[in-house]
Amino acid sequence: MEQRVVRHFQEELEALQGRLLEMGGLAEERVRAAVQSLGDRDIAAIDRVLRGDEPINELHVEIDNRCFKLLALHQPMATDLRAIVAAVKINTDLERVGDLAVNIAEAARRYATHPPVKKLIDIPQMGDIAQTMLHDALDSYVRRDTILAHQVLNEDDRLDGLKTQIFRELLGYMLDDPTTVEPALDLILISRHLERIGDHATNIAEDVIFMVSALDVRHHAPNPPV
Amino acid sequence: MATTIAVPRPTVRSSETPLPPHDGKRPWKVDVEHLSFFYGDKRALEDISITVQPNVVTAFIGPSGCGKSTFLRTLNRMNDIIPGARVEGKVCIDGQDIYGPGVDLVSVRRKVGMVFQKSNPFPKSIFENVAYGIRINRIASSRSELAGRVEESLKQAALWDEVKDRLQESALAMSGGQQQRLCIARALAVKPDILLMDEPASALDPIATQRIEELIYQLKANYTIVIVTHNMQQAARVSDFTAFFWLGRLVEYERTDKMFTAPSEKLTEDYLTGRFG
Repeated sequence: MEQRVVRHFQEELEALQGRLLEMGGLAEERVRAAVQSLGDRDIAAIDRVLRGDEPINELHVEIDNRCFKLLALHQPMATDLRAIVAAVKINTDLERVGDLAVNIAEAARRYATHPPVKKLIDIPQMGDIAQTMLHDALDSYVRRDTILAHQVLNEDDRLDGLKTQIFRELLGYMLDDPTTVEPALDLILISRHLERIGDHATNIAEDVIFMVSALDVRHHAPNPPV
Repeated sequence: MATTIAVPRPTVRSSETPLPPHDGKRPWKVDVEHLSFFYGDKRALEDISITVQPNVVTAFIGPSGCGKSTFLRTLNRMNDIIPGARVEGKVCIDGQDIYGPGVDLVSVRRKVGMVFQKSNPFPKSIFENVAYGIRINRIASSRSELAGRVEESLKQAALWDEVKDRLQESALAMSGGQQQRLCIARALAVKPDILLMDEPASALDPIATQRIEELIYQLKANYTIVIVTHNMQQAARVSDFTAFFWLGRLVEYERTDKMFTAPSEKLTEDYLTGRFG
C-alpha cells in the first residue's frame, strides 16, 4: 500500500487561507461597525473604527510575505499557483475594504456634527448588501464555490443602483436647503465607499472563479479557458 | 583566436560570509573553520567557514564543479580515499575536530551518515540491507532488537508500509525511489546524528522526488541534514538554510527564504536568476 505523502506545502497553503479568512472577518466587522456607528451617531464607536485599522494592516503585510515565500520556495503550479495569486489579490482587496471602513467612519464623524439630513434607510441597506457580498465572497473562497461567487457578481448591480438613487435623493435635499450640502455630501461619499466595498467583494469573487475553474470573468470577458 | 570571458569574482570572501542566526541554546552541530581542500596541487575549496545548527536542513547549491559535493564529503572524511587529497582547516562535529589526531574514522562515519546520488542497495534482501550496519556495528543485542531497529528505520524512511510484507525479497527488485528510501533507512539504522545527502533525488521521477523531499522535511525533527543539490528549486523547497558555492568559495550562506527572495550577493542573484551557471 502506498503511504500518503503529506506535503508540508499544503499545510502552509491552509495556514495562508486561515490568515486570509481572519483578515476577511476583520474587514467585514469594520464595515459593519462603521455603518452602525453612522446610524447611531455614536462618536466613541466611530473613533474605535478610526483607530482600529492596525490589525488589518499587519495581516496585509504578513499575508503578502507568506505568498511571496510560497511562490519563491515552492514554485507552485496549476491550482496551487492560482490559489496563491488569488490570495495576493484578495489580500489587497481586503486591505482596501479596511481603509474604506475608515473613510466611512471619517465621514460619519463629520456627519454626526450636523443635524441629520433625513432618516437613513438606503445607506444601512447598502451596508447590509456590501457586508453580505463580502461574506459570500469569502465563503465562496473557502468552499471553492463558483456558484456563490457568481451570485456575488450579480449583487453588485443592486449596490450600484442604490448609490445612484441616494445621490439623486440627496441632490434634491441640497437644492431645497443649502445648509444640508455638507452632511448630504458626506452621505453621498459614504454611499460611494460602500459601493467600492461591493467592487472589492466582486473582485474577490472573480478571483475565486479564476482560482477554482481557471476562467477569467473580469470585465465581462467571454470566459475563455486560460 | 581564443576569447577570454570575464568571470565575476565573489565580493565576499568565504571566511567573512555572515553566519545565519542561531538560537544560542545549543552548540553548533557542525563548525567548519577555514577549510581548504586540495586535489593534488589543485585547490578545490578555498577557506570555507560555515556553521550548522542541529535539526535543520542545510542545502549546498552552485554550478557544476563549484565544490559543493567536495565540501559535503569533507564532513565525514569521505574524500580520504582519494589519492593526493589534502585538507587544511578544521571540521568540528559536536565540538570534535574530525581531522584531529586519533579520531576513529568508523565512529565519524557512523555519526555522520551519507546517502548518495545513485541508490546503491546491496544485492541482498530488503531486511539485510537495513540490518547490515546494525550488525557490523554490533548495535543490537538480540534478534528481536535487530528486527525492531530495522522496522523503526524503514518507518522513519517512510518505506515500511510498502515493504513490510516482503522484507526477504531482493532490494534490487524495488523501484528507484524505493531503493533510495531504502538507502536512507540503511543510513538511519546506525543512528547517525547527521545525514549527508549528495543529490539524493536527481535520478528520480517527480513523484519519487516529492516523497524524498517530504521525507527530508520530516527527518529534520531527529537529524541534522545537509543536502547537495544542483536543483535550486529543490533546495528552496526542503531547506532551512542555503549555502551558495562558486569556484570553490562560499559566496553566501543565509536563511533559505531570504536567499531565494532577497539574496545579499549579486553573484547569488545572478546564479538564482539563471544569468550564469
